[in-house]
Amino acid sequence: MDDNKKTGGWFTEAVLNTFFKEWVWNTFCVKWFWKSFCVNLVYKKFDKWKAWIYLVPAIVLLLVFTVWPIINTVRIAFLDGYSILGEVGGETYSFGISNFLDVLDEYSGFGEALKNTLWLTFITVPLSTILALIIAVCLNSIKPLQKFLQTIFFLPYVTNSIAIGMVFEAMFNIVGLGTSDPSFGIINNILGVFGLDPINWININSSYWANMAVMIIYIVWNALPFKILILLGGLQSVNKQYYDAAKIDSTPRIRVFTRITVPLLSPMIAYVVITGFIGGFKEYSSIVGIFGDDMQAVGTEHTLNTMVGYIYDALGNNEGRASAAALILFAIIFVVTMINLRVSKKKTHY
Amino acid sequence: MANQATMHEKDLQKVTSSQRVVSILVKTLLYAFLSLMALIVVFPFYWMIISSLKSITEYRLPIPTLFPKEIIWHNYIEAFSAANLDRLFLNTVYVGVVSTLLSLVITVLCAFAFARLEFKGKNALFAALLGTMMIPGELFTITNFITVNNFGWIDTYTVLIVPFLVSIFYIYLLRQNFLQIPNELYLAAKVDGTSDLKYLWKVMIPLSLPTLISITILKMMGAWNSYVWPRLVTTSEEMRLITNGLRDAFTDMSGQANVPVQMAAVAIVSFPLFLVFLFLRKYIMKGVSRSGIKG
Repeated sequence: MDDNKKTGGWFTEAVLNTFFKEWVWNTFCVKWFWKSFCVNLVYKKFDKWKAWIYLVPAIVLLLVFTVWPIINTVRIAFLDGYSILGEVGGETYSFGISNFLDVLDEYSGFGEALKNTLWLTFITVPLSTILALIIAVCLNSIKPLQKFLQTIFFLPYVTNSIAIGMVFEAMFNIVGLGTSDPSFGIINNILGVFGLDPINWININSSYWANMAVMIIYIVWNALPFKILILLGGLQSVNKQYYDAAKIDSTPRIRVFTRITVPLLSPMIAYVVITGFIGGFKEYSSIVGIFGDDMQAVGTEHTLNTMVGYIYDALGNNEGRASAAALILFAIIFVVTMINLRVSKKKTHY
Repeated sequence: MANQATMHEKDLQKVTSSQRVVSILVKTLLYAFLSLMALIVVFPFYWMIISSLKSITEYRLPIPTLFPKEIIWHNYIEAFSAANLDRLFLNTVYVGVVSTLLSLVITVLCAFAFARLEFKGKNALFAALLGTMMIPGELFTITNFITVNNFGWIDTYTVLIVPFLVSIFYIYLLRQNFLQIPNELYLAAKVDGTSDLKYLWKVMIPLSLPTLISITILKMMGAWNSYVWPRLVTTSEEMRLITNGLRDAFTDMSGQANVPVQMAAVAIVSFPLFLVFLFLRKYIMKGVSRSGIKG
């Protein structure tokens, strides 16, 4: 019975398998499935997925070099004393905030870097913005030579900040030190024409503020073209009717400037100030251009390091501290930008 | 009535004649101010070029000459060898060209997807990408430095090219341009059975050529001016880029350095940028005025 049953079982199974199941499967299921699969995938589903094929290269690179860094930098900022060499060596790190404490420690040099950065930013941004605004307004009110002068003012934008930093270094540097007849350099020569005493800008025993002045002059010089471009673009799109109305009322020029030009230009001014602050807090390569990698004038005690310079110094031996400093930098930029936005929202007239 | 009209004209003349004096005065002041500022802006370039052509003895004269008495072209040859500029120049061109080409392909595809194709979460993804633009680059640099170390990419061209291929700013710029192209063109191409890629190649790219040129220039300038990243991720001098060579070759700040040769090297590095400025200025200005990004 059992055998019979078994054989019967086997038989029916074989019949089912070979003749019925496969046949039904082949004729109906597979064909239907295949058809719907093709239709769906190629004409409908594929359309949805097609976009991702275009996006894949960008997304992969962004995941590796943009998204992962955000996560990882925050992670290692909170790993005590993390360094890449240590991790390769199999060291493990515990979570904590000691990196931040290290950064804020008075001997780590972060305080000086922060001080330098703040001075540079809060001096150069207002200075370059006001200067750019004056130049843009002047440019806008002349006709002949306007295009020519505009081109000249844009020239510093298309430069290599390290290369031109070296030119500034040469201009402020003493010429021919150690020779029989050293001179004070071209800038001091020009100052001498106006009867001013030469200043020790960047040489041995130069003062902190002399060094700072050189950096400020260079940074402002470098920041002008972008600001003039934006502000002049804004001025040229201002409705001429406001100025005609002021002319009829014979409004003085100063009043026209403060009551019409500045308010109408306020969105552009806000934009220029915000990008200026962000750029100022990230100041680094222009200082390398003038003073070299050491971020210090030769023969002086004070460092001219900035926050970005501090991060790069820590990178390579103490990535945890570099990450903590980068997060602090981000926080500062974020707060200052938010304050800027809040202020400009109140003061901006659209 | 007639009397009134003449009075009015007289008044008008009086006002204009007194105003004319003021306006001429103001115009003179304007031009004087602008010329002075322009002089200050141009002076470093002028000083760089004339210093690079002076002999060292002439450069060291106590009263500097404003034009070289004798033009010394040899400074440029010396600068090339002193800073190893030929090798670094080729490096920079190679890195610049390859990264620009790859970056353009990736940016075009990505911008096309964001501008024309429909997919789930498109707007959310785009907003997230724009959000990352707020984060300072140094934050990425730290982990990227670790990542390329783990990949074993140190001292290769790959490390100089790959991490910066995707720029969200370029994607944004190009997407805005693609969106300006009417959608009807795309639908018409679909009806005719044109494939997306062909449409992209034949319609979208030619129509947004100015933006693509802007991106190319900014990207090339980025390679030309990059300093920090190559210094971090290369250990041998031969793999660095031109700006590194320039800074590293001339570190003597004591005032005894051979400044004319140094200025010649600076001029060599600046010269291609001047050419770009002369011929492609409007593309840069267009790209720049829509962003705050340098290079």
